[in-house]
Amino acid sequence: MAAAALTDLTLAEARDGLLAKEFSARELVEAHLKAMEAGRGLNAFLTETPERALAGAEEADTRIAAGEARALEGVPLGIKDLFCTEGVATTAASRILEGFTPPYESTVTRNLWDAGAVMLGKTNLDEFAMGSSNTTSHFGPVENPWRRKGDNRPLVPGGSSGGSAAAVAAHLCPGAMATDTGGSIRQPAAFCGVVGLKPTYGRCSRYGIVAFASSLDQAGPITRTVRDGAILLRSMAGFDARDSTSVQREVPDFEAALARPLKGLKVGVPKEYRVDGMDPEIDALWQKGIEWLKDAGLEAVEIGLPHTQYALPAYYILAPAEASSNLARYDGVRYGHRAEGGSELLDMYEVTRGEGFGAEVRRRIMIGTYVLSAGYYDAYYLKAQKVRTLIARDFAAAFNQVDVILTPTAPGAAFAIGEKEDDPISMYLNDVFTVPASLAGLPGISVPAGTDGDGLPLGLQLVAPSFDEETMIAAAAAIEARAGFDGGGAAAAGGGA
Amino acid sequence: MSLDKATVARIAALARIRVAEEDLDGLARELSNIMGWIEQLNAVDTEGVPPMSRAADQKLRWREDKVTDGGIPEKVLANAPAAKDGFFTVPKVIE
Repeated sequence: MAAAALTDLTLAEARDGLLAKEFSARELVEAHLKAMEAGRGLNAFLTETPERALAGAEEADTRIAAGEARALEGVPLGIKDLFCTEGVATTAASRILEGFTPPYESTVTRNLWDAGAVMLGKTNLDEFAMGSSNTTSHFGPVENPWRRKGDNRPLVPGGSSGGSAAAVAAHLCPGAMATDTGGSIRQPAAFCGVVGLKPTYGRCSRYGIVAFASSLDQAGPITRTVRDGAILLRSMAGFDARDSTSVQREVPDFEAALARPLKGLKVGVPKEYRVDGMDPEIDALWQKGIEWLKDAGLEAVEIGLPHTQYALPAYYILAPAEASSNLARYDGVRYGHRAEGGSELLDMYEVTRGEGFGAEVRRRIMIGTYVLSAGYYDAYYLKAQKVRTLIARDFAAAFNQVDVILTPTAPGAAFAIGEKEDDPISMYLNDVFTVPASLAGLPGISVPAGTDGDGLPLGLQLVAPSFDEETMIAAAAAIEARAGFDGGGAAAAGGGA
Repeated sequence: MSLDKATVARIAALARIRVAEEDLDGLARELSNIMGWIEQLNAVDTEGVPPMSRAADQKLRWREDKVTDGGIPEKVLANAPAAKDGFFTVPKVIE
């Protein structure tokens, strides 16, 4: 099989082809390493780990020959550089983690290696996962492999998991690990025309993932198909005593859920998501999505989520507050960057953090510090926590009526690198449709569903009740089957085809 | 909500982030804009609503109070910008 053809396989096809001995893990890994080399202009990978990938492939081939293949034997993956990987530099795309090599492995990546998966490298992201465009990375922006028709300006891949989304879209890897705090899996997936799955909070362990906002952070897969996302989630998930919020619950066979019957289920369409000035192309795609789900046997029901408009401002209190606390650990003492010439301890802390953090991270730490400071805690932080309760109650009431909720993933398609940089709030608005489910801890998935007038991909989001990823996956597969989305254009741009 | 220069300097000190004097005005404007946008939360009636501090509706687990990890000083110190004799080292704190 030609190398280009190997990078065009879905993750499920690659897995099955390895087991059928149609090609070796070594051939599969080499094809992807070649694609990564050709696609370096995207800046999707911060670290490439070819030696480790080839060693993993060799072990996989031995196991497959011996009939001892595990669930992901020989499947190559990109890993967002927010997951600690033992012996491989982990940066969170920040200068402050300069030189840091974790002496331990995150639980999610450990689970993947135990299932036989192979690491190709670490993918770029917004610094500390704070951003919606991947432009806050200390190591430069990632380019979206898609371009507007007749316009060659580079576009953002979305963020914060921009490197993972761009790498999967450009066929540099069949799947990648990502994390989502307010939309960081789903929004870049929509921008790059791939599938992004954020599981229920507590489904995947946070141990070893560089913390941003601990009550919101959750790991999930980015893939080219819903089936591939289901396959990866099964191996990632599971109880972990090292994460105090990990949930003790059996991990279902998410791949089997694709075949679930949907007839008789109800899909909720929240009227509050039809915001003023909504892009008519996004609205039209949303209507198509409703029709596709009706065609799959679901009944569409209009629902109310009355506190939706308050989700984003509440998030921009809660997430920075948690971040200001989590990022207090970067002080130049135990790991990472330390400023030169600090003659006293306090001076050393301040200069180290001032030069180690980028502008957006500094801004969020300062907002967080302010809303938690004496005299403001009740007015801001406590208020936002109460609003969060109301948002969670909205969803709970809606799920008494419906089984799954359908919304657009993002208010627009990918924009040019450099746009929306002047005004933080206009950047924050990218996450207006993804943040509410994050605050409620609910699972969400973005499915590529069509393109806009410029030929750029658009995504639809499904949200399900806690720990009902299976219904969400089944409904996502129904949309995927009817949308007939073609991601081929991105693969050509990335050099993967 | 408008944050003045002095307030921003105080927040920066609390956050242990050195901000150059000439950057304070710009930062005050940015943070004021964001806080002003956040003010819309005041329109929500939250009387009697309990605060939500975590997504998963669960009690924290208990475990036996025993050491489960440790004895790896070389690993702990491996990433330190400065270390000596099994300790992290920092600039002097007192004269």
